[in-house]
Amino acid sequence: MLELSKYKSETRPDWCPGCGDFGVLNALVQAVANLEIDPKDLLVVSGIGCSSNLPGFIHAYGFHSLHGRAIPIATGARLANPELTVVVTGGDGDGYGIGLGHFIHAMRRNLDITYIVMNNQIYGLTTGQASPTSQKSFVTKSSPMGTIEEPVNPIALALVSGATYVARGFSGDPKHLAELIEKGIKHKGFALVDVFSPCVTWNKVNTYDYFRQRVYKLNDTGYDTSDLGMALEKSREWDPKIPIGIFYETTKPTYEELDPVLRTGTPPVKASLSQSDVDGLFNEFI
Amino acid sequence: MFARTCSRSGFHCYGLNSYQSAIRGGHVWFQVRGSEQKVKSHGDNVDILIALNSESADIHAPFVSPGGVIIYDKDRVKFSGNLLSQKARALPMPLGQISRKFDKNPIMQNTVALGAALYLLGLDFKVFETVIGDTFGKKKESVITANIQAATSGYEYAKSNFSQLEVTAKPPSNPRPKMLMTGNQAICLGAVMAGCKFYAAYPMTPASGLLHWMAAHATRCGVVVKQAEDELAVINMGIGAAHAGVRAMVGTSGGGFSLMVEALGLAGMTETPIVIVESQRAGPSTGLPTKTEQGDLNMMLGASQGDFPRIVLSPLTVEDAYYATIEAFNLAERFQCPVILASDLLLSEHIETVDSLSKDVLIDRGEWANSTQQQPFLRYRVTETGISPRAIPGNPGTIFVAASDEHDESGVVISDVLAGIPKYVAERKKQMDKRMRKLEVARTQMPPPKVYGPQEADITIVCWGSTFGVVSEVVDTFGKTDGIRVNAIAFRNIWPFNAEKAEPLLKSAKKVLDVECNYSAQLARLIRAETGFEIKDRLLKYDGEPIYPYEVIGKIREVTSRNA
Repeated sequence: MLELSKYKSETRPDWCPGCGDFGVLNALVQAVANLEIDPKDLLVVSGIGCSSNLPGFIHAYGFHSLHGRAIPIATGARLANPELTVVVTGGDGDGYGIGLGHFIHAMRRNLDITYIVMNNQIYGLTTGQASPTSQKSFVTKSSPMGTIEEPVNPIALALVSGATYVARGFSGDPKHLAELIEKGIKHKGFALVDVFSPCVTWNKVNTYDYFRQRVYKLNDTGYDTSDLGMALEKSREWDPKIPIGIFYETTKPTYEELDPVLRTGTPPVKASLSQSDVDGLFNEFI
Repeated sequence: MFARTCSRSGFHCYGLNSYQSAIRGGHVWFQVRGSEQKVKSHGDNVDILIALNSESADIHAPFVSPGGVIIYDKDRVKFSGNLLSQKARALPMPLGQISRKFDKNPIMQNTVALGAALYLLGLDFKVFETVIGDTFGKKKESVITANIQAATSGYEYAKSNFSQLEVTAKPPSNPRPKMLMTGNQAICLGAVMAGCKFYAAYPMTPASGLLHWMAAHATRCGVVVKQAEDELAVINMGIGAAHAGVRAMVGTSGGGFSLMVEALGLAGMTETPIVIVESQRAGPSTGLPTKTEQGDLNMMLGASQGDFPRIVLSPLTVEDAYYATIEAFNLAERFQCPVILASDLLLSEHIETVDSLSKDVLIDRGEWANSTQQQPFLRYRVTETGISPRAIPGNPGTIFVAASDEHDESGVVISDVLAGIPKYVAERKKQMDKRMRKLEVARTQMPPPKVYGPQEADITIVCWGSTFGVVSEVVDTFGKTDGIRVNAIAFRNIWPFNAEKAEPLLKSAKKVLDVECNYSAQLARLIRAETGFEIKDRLLKYDGEPIYPYEVIGKIREVTSRNA
């Protein structure tokens, strides 16, 4: 294990005291330290939102990109240099709202990246509007009469979209969360770690207490993580009990293993810029 | 196949496929012009018209030049001949009947007609055979044989029944086969020669040819090619790949570029080099997907919020598309900003012979930080040129975060808790000035617009991009024979606009005519904004069709006769 201080950023997190995202940051640092990933080989990519500020708070390469576009940025970086460990972090608005399309496509590609979503069921940075995972009838500034849409179910969506590692954690249990993230990074293929990361400022319903009363660990129940049907069933559980842990895990070839260029082994970033058969290439046009 | 026969025989040629946004049916035509000299446009008239249906005969017969012919199927095509000019000949042939000898479906009637055309022009049939072999090389041997037989029968039929055309172009005594390619292919070839390792796109006419070529050459050229879910993903993948250190390119048309707009600013803000090919088609909105226009210049110059450096190049010819692409990669890395390569349907999709393309490619990857940087590493160090040495993930000692938020020299965002604090108010200004300084440095390095034709002229035509093709042809032909002296100023390195070099050229011209394929004279507007020079005479075309030489000539006559 590497020392945790190796990942310490000069910049202090600007999250509200008590924000769930602190637990996620600590868990991520714990996970990469356990895996002994050198900060220079780690790329943390995010979109926009409170949670997307995370790359600034960890000492590693980072890309704090546009709202909803973290996954395509991470995809490009990973395809250019598959030797990097690529972790994507963001919130529910970023990943399940404005960036939902990319989320689904990244999963069906089974690209080897880890996606950590700090899901607080609210738009925090924009001061409290309904999010795609807000529970129905949730009252916010943008839904004073209560929301009238069904929430997105990220676990179910991931399961049917081809993700090969689907987990949910709770930032109130950082040790368990660190294990989920560590396994997600080690997993070959697309790993989703959805995290209940309470917003202490704008979401007064889905609080630490709310989750503490409800969450239970799938692992404690003799659950089989290779059963997709069971995973789908579990993904629909909410009240009175909410499962956390690994819902589903399977092995499939990754995008990098199948891509005709990447499978030759040389990362594009290390490949020579010149063409080997220039004359042959030019003669194609004669 | 006909164009390839010309280019392999050592002729120059130019071909344009006109089609519709439909998979089957509709009025489709392909036009080829050959010459001993470089052919620069699709031209006005045709010498041999092959009409496979009545509609084609009626639409195109009036454009058959005196001395020219129309070949058509006498059993299928109803053609009275009154639309032909006096000295043109109608050559009815049993195209379907001949082709059915070799296949029950008359699919090879065009091959039969091409065989006849070869005879009429006195072209070498053996060269055509090699072209057929290569064209159908991946199919069964019987397909090649049947096509050669069909073409031979057409050739023989024409030989027995028709007299040859009076062809002025002489085949080169020592024929050297020429390269024949589309603008899209020239861009792709330039990209791989420049070391492009990542190409992403979403299918969109007329940029799809880029994706097809890149995908077909991915393993051979070592390019990771990604067809993404939408253009938002496309450009962000490109930026991610470039951030990781490879030369990356994305391609689209105006609609897809509209989706890329937010990320264009991201590339500007994070100082990520990326090449974006924007192959314009007639807009607005879905517009005319298979028709040409130069209507996106305003968008390319103004897209995305805030001020940030960008570079816009508009290649003038197929050959230039190759060089401009290589230049685009160098400029992107030297100035660490997005570079837009403005193509259009005409340039992207027409085929043209190119004499020779240099295989010696200069690659300039710009300024890089080394691993022994002073700590902390200042990715966005304020420098005199505005260019800060780059570093990529994986490199020791240069860890930083690229951010779409405003940031300080080290990359730390100053948009949230630091915004408004006097020290960071100053930091913001420093970073803006630093980024925009790159544009000022780039501006001084932009070459002057290309002056084509005689130094002294009665009228000077201003144009950009593919329109240079037809304009240069008019300069070469009409400009030398009619007594009216014509030259042209072609804008290729459009942005940053080098007013210092452009203005004297414009001001010294006797009369200036702006020729563009758009409604609002977007280049003329830019010129006026940058130099104060207003071009009042304009030939603007926006019906989806490319500009024809006769239209330019007509406008020249009109402008030069006025106040004369």
